[in-house]
Amino acid sequence: MNLYAIKAIYLFEMHRTWRTLMQSVISPVLSTSLYFVVFGSAIGGRIPEINGVSYGAFIVPGLIMLSLLTQSISNASFGIYFPKFVGTIYELLSAPVSYVEIVIAYVGAAATKSIILGVIILATAALFVPLRIEHPFVMLLFLVLTAVTFSMFGFIIGIWADGFEKLQLVPLMIITPLTFLGGSFYSIDMLPPFWQTVTLFNPVVYLISGFRWSFFGLSDVHIGTSLVMTAVFLLACILILRWIFRTGYRLKS
Amino acid sequence: MSSAISVSSLNKTYESGFEALKNINLDIRHGEIFALLGPNGAGKTTLISTICGIVNPTSGTILADGHDIIKEYRAARSKIGLVPQELTTDAFETVWATVSFSRGLFGKPANPAHIEKILKELSLSDKKDSKIMTLSGGMKRRVMIAKALSHEPEILFLDEPSAGVDVELRRDMWNVVRALRESGVTIILTTHYIEEAEQMADRIGVISHGEIILVEEKDALMRSLGKKELRLLLQEKREEIPEALAAYGLELSPDGSELVYHYDTRKERTGITALLKDLDKAGVRFSDIQTRESSLEEIFVNLVRERK
Repeated sequence: MNLYAIKAIYLFEMHRTWRTLMQSVISPVLSTSLYFVVFGSAIGGRIPEINGVSYGAFIVPGLIMLSLLTQSISNASFGIYFPKFVGTIYELLSAPVSYVEIVIAYVGAAATKSIILGVIILATAALFVPLRIEHPFVMLLFLVLTAVTFSMFGFIIGIWADGFEKLQLVPLMIITPLTFLGGSFYSIDMLPPFWQTVTLFNPVVYLISGFRWSFFGLSDVHIGTSLVMTAVFLLACILILRWIFRTGYRLKS
Repeated sequence: MSSAISVSSLNKTYESGFEALKNINLDIRHGEIFALLGPNGAGKTTLISTICGIVNPTSGTILADGHDIIKEYRAARSKIGLVPQELTTDAFETVWATVSFSRGLFGKPANPAHIEKILKELSLSDKKDSKIMTLSGGMKRRVMIAKALSHEPEILFLDEPSAGVDVELRRDMWNVVRALRESGVTIILTTHYIEEAEQMADRIGVISHGEIILVEEKDALMRSLGKKELRLLLQEKREEIPEALAAYGLELSPDGSELVYHYDTRKERTGITALLKDLDKAGVRFSDIQTRESSLEEIFVNLVRERK
């Protein structure tokens, strides 16, 4: 293991994070606050409690997941896309580092940043609605697992993207709809039966459901299923990354 | 003793079908300065990039200090430092941070004293806390060299190091290169400038259209490359060369307006003085004189022709 390399890349990426911290913290905190004002207070006041949880509190896990997913993807994809774009990737490719080390460092840094953001949003949410966390360790596990998995997914997108449009496209066109339709703002029980079935093909449902369970002990799908599905997605990302580095896809000609 | 770099039967065909390297066999000795000469698009950068692991070889094997660059990439790559041709640097990092980053990336523990020393040698000490984006092109080039030297490589690749570089930097750079060589580092550089190869290199390889045309000791090669020509524009057109000047092997241009004399600048006597005297005696008057060196391009063309 080239631990010095992992440390060097991780610190380099974290340094980039601190440099842009204000913009990367303010915007999610602001948008989350707006969601609380609009959905939590203005509209939420007219929506009855869901299984004993006020609507304002009910949407907290979903909102954190929304930020966690988009931030993980954008951090990691930008982290690897930028060296490719400006050409500094040559150094990474010519260095005595294995792909496992590269992925640990980049994904670790991206995940660290989104976990920090997740915690900040959680703290912001606590200002608006009374929160209780029934299973804090499971909550933390989901937070970390999701951040790591989607940072890997973002890393893959960063390698695949050959222009800034593609870099923006996936989060915008795929992740945001999946999150909105994944039960961020409602319980899947509220949907007609047909759409309930369709929803089960949305991987984000399992994340939000599992995450919400750790808060309130209620979930759309069983917590075990949520964990397994997240692990499956993680494994798929690992396999894709292995293939990418074996073949040099979009990295080496 | 194994070679610093040993390339055998290396081929590279890009996805487009372009054959960038054709059956390259090349051994670079420990501790030498090897200059790779060749026109644009000859395959110099592809060869270097393949050795350094940036481009996948299509077939063939490459050893760096006896280590296969694919199977034992860690051992091979940790010995190599690369300064690519393009100026590619981070923009927002400081000089110190980016050079320290490179050292870590190549698996070496932090060593501020070493980094300090490199920056000093490259006249970068007073810029160490500057963001790279604020530096000039020449300074950025220095930063790239510092990055390549940060992990104390045993083999250093310099791809077109003098491209767009001012005199002062070139001088600094060659001082660093000489010092490195004295400490036993093997240096491989590519260049367009024949003078540069002449001043620095121990051996020279010429590459053209993806093939290594020749590898020779510098001194031997320079003798065959160092030809110049002297063109005399005549006041009056002539049908033929005067008898008295037959010994000089002059050429008359097809339209009869120019006499061309070939000579070797490395010889003790170039024969120019005698030629000019004899021209005067023969009553040949001229309106202008030009001298020019055969361009690298022409030399390559001649070399390729000779080989065939």
